[in-house]
Amino acid sequence: MAIQPKKHEMPVQEAAVRARNFKEVALGYTPEIAVAEAQRCLNCKNKPCVAGCPVNIQIPDFISKIKEGDFEGAYDIISGSSSLPAVCGRVCPQETQCESKCTLGIKFEPVGIGRLERFVADYHNVHFKGEVVLPQPNGHKVAVVGSGPSGLTCAGDLAKKGYKVTVFEALHLAGGVLVYGIPEFRLPKDIVAKEVETLKKYGVDVETNVVIGKTLTVDELFEDGYEAVFIGSGAGLPRFMGIPGESLKGVYSANEFLTRSNLMKAYDGGSHTPIMHAKNVAVVGGGNVAMDAARTALRLGAENVYIVYRRSMDELPARKEEVEHAEEEGIKFEILRNPVEILGYNNPDDRRDPKNGCVTGMRVIKCELGEPDEKGRRRPVEIKGSEYEIPVDCVIMSIGTSPNPLIKSTTQGLSVNSHGGIIVEEQTGKTSREGVYAGGDAVTGAATVILAMGAGKTAAKAIDEYLSAKNN
Amino acid sequence: MYKIVRKRVLNPTVTMMDIEAPLVARKAQAGQFIILRVTEDGERIPLTVAGYDREAGTVKIIYQVVGGTTMSLNDKNEGEYIQDFVGPLGRPTETEGIKKVCIVGGGVGCAIALPVAQRFKELGAEVHSIIGFRNKDLVILEDEFKACSDRLTLMTDDGSYGRQGVVTQPLKEAIEGGEKYDMVITIGPLIMMKFVVATTRPYNIPTTVSMNPIMIDGTGMCGGCRLTVGGKTKFACVDGPDFNGFEVDFDEAMLRSTMYADFERHEREEHCNLFKKEAE
Repeated sequence: MAIQPKKHEMPVQEAAVRARNFKEVALGYTPEIAVAEAQRCLNCKNKPCVAGCPVNIQIPDFISKIKEGDFEGAYDIISGSSSLPAVCGRVCPQETQCESKCTLGIKFEPVGIGRLERFVADYHNVHFKGEVVLPQPNGHKVAVVGSGPSGLTCAGDLAKKGYKVTVFEALHLAGGVLVYGIPEFRLPKDIVAKEVETLKKYGVDVETNVVIGKTLTVDELFEDGYEAVFIGSGAGLPRFMGIPGESLKGVYSANEFLTRSNLMKAYDGGSHTPIMHAKNVAVVGGGNVAMDAARTALRLGAENVYIVYRRSMDELPARKEEVEHAEEEGIKFEILRNPVEILGYNNPDDRRDPKNGCVTGMRVIKCELGEPDEKGRRRPVEIKGSEYEIPVDCVIMSIGTSPNPLIKSTTQGLSVNSHGGIIVEEQTGKTSREGVYAGGDAVTGAATVILAMGAGKTAAKAIDEYLSAKNN
Repeated sequence: MYKIVRKRVLNPTVTMMDIEAPLVARKAQAGQFIILRVTEDGERIPLTVAGYDREAGTVKIIYQVVGGTTMSLNDKNEGEYIQDFVGPLGRPTETEGIKKVCIVGGGVGCAIALPVAQRFKELGAEVHSIIGFRNKDLVILEDEFKACSDRLTLMTDDGSYGRQGVVTQPLKEAIEGGEKYDMVITIGPLIMMKFVVATTRPYNIPTTVSMNPIMIDGTGMCGGCRLTVGGKTKFACVDGPDFNGFEVDFDEAMLRSTMYADFERHEREEHCNLFKKEAE
């Protein structure tokens, strides 16, 4: 039988329909499509895809189970390496990881590994009725700071080894960026809740409303009998550009805009948390977060949403599928543009005019690509005299974050780099302080969910080795 | 869930509650704040710590009923629970090296000023307090301020109690009368703090203001609480809430505070209508 050259299409909601609702965009494979897509896998000997996965899921093995129609068997293989399969199947940049290494991809499109992973996880979540096999408790306590992807992964791996793990979360809900950052239409929140529930079944305790560094310090965790601490507190303070007008009403950080919409459910009419329903929105930045913010603004009713990015389409750091989805939905890409100033309304005759201080537009300058910078990306160079104004009533800054100082400032002996990221030994996640490990954005600065999960996994292994050696 | 162990109405719009939150009570210091949610779908609102009892494990909050969330908080009674309560957040008020301080509170801001005054008293500083209210009915915490102040001046806008006038009058008189304050700390409406700063600036008396902007997470993640201080963007939740008053851009802060004025009005009306329906 000849190999089908293309991946089986992912069924999606129509662009025009989904651009006005918050339901999930991609609908997922049916069992029939999944089996057919699995048939495309060559089951090649050297399995390059596995090396392309930050948590080394045994990809050809789980795909073989799908071919046999043994979807639960496939799930068991994935969950041996990943604590959050339904999440990864949705948000991983597979095109630069596992799928980029796929042998089939040399001649044809690679196997749709991400889509298959998602199918398996969703199938399990709907159909699995059994009980999880609980590990034998080993009597040792580990604290995990932050319930985002790195923390949950670290907690899950350690719990499965018999550790008593407590996860401390600053917000009122577990999930970190998976609940406050990534929107419902890309990652439904009940999927995150389900993954957290699964961890709880393995005996993980989740303590919400505890800010480590404020409510409790890392030292107090050790005093309370935790023998190791994993810090996965995430990226911190949103960056602004430092241009005039950033304090006007209608200027948000992407973190604030998305947190209002996602965590606080402002997208839902019944929420008590306000959000601006702007008509014309400019999102500054080109990463996944920028795409999420732009598509959220569209779904909240905006007529025009612009992505303002200073390089070209080729340099957009966002996941390819998100850019494609955004374009299909009608997001306008103002590429090779850099904001210079945000403009606001001012009525000199009436200081109490409620429109005073509201955004009316953004001045941008055109750019062209110059010489490559130290990372090899071509540097944007502003074209003199090319400034013009985009009429908008809302601006969302999505240009990254700088690390949160809360834990660093209250933990003695924890070394951080010049950007404020916690310094760790890459192979173990070990910090400069004994018994303290770290991973995810708190170490790397803003990166992807799967990299954070990889770091959580690495640290879990290292913590197990450390405590096993110490207690022997 | 966090239990309301005590509720006391201070005036027609201001209420005090002691909330059972042992971890927060163990750490809280004057000048810090907490964030709470009343119900499962509620919004997160910041409230400054108005006191704490480390042994009983309770934290005191004082709030003015202004929007939907404070209304639903006010519907709760002793023995009932609120959904979330997290803290202590922000940096405590700096007390180092201050021997003589003037605390200037306005309206419900006096609730936040009180633990600061008490803390300075505890540390042995000379404390002068000036507290201002619109009228007699709105006066709160007079006895508590008396107990921790070496000198207390109470002002009302209409003269129905205490002295008539605004808080900056006695402050200016004290300074001109030769009082040498190491620090003036002011907590209250933005416009009042702006004028307090204008009063102390000519004499170059270090002046701390306590900012209470719109917030969500309270840990530095969202940036909604940003202010311009000394020409730089600062986050009230992690860099504050106390700032050098001479550097704060009050006009900008006042504009930003009105961002959701329409929404708030709507929430408040909706809540009142619910009440009306229940009453019928």
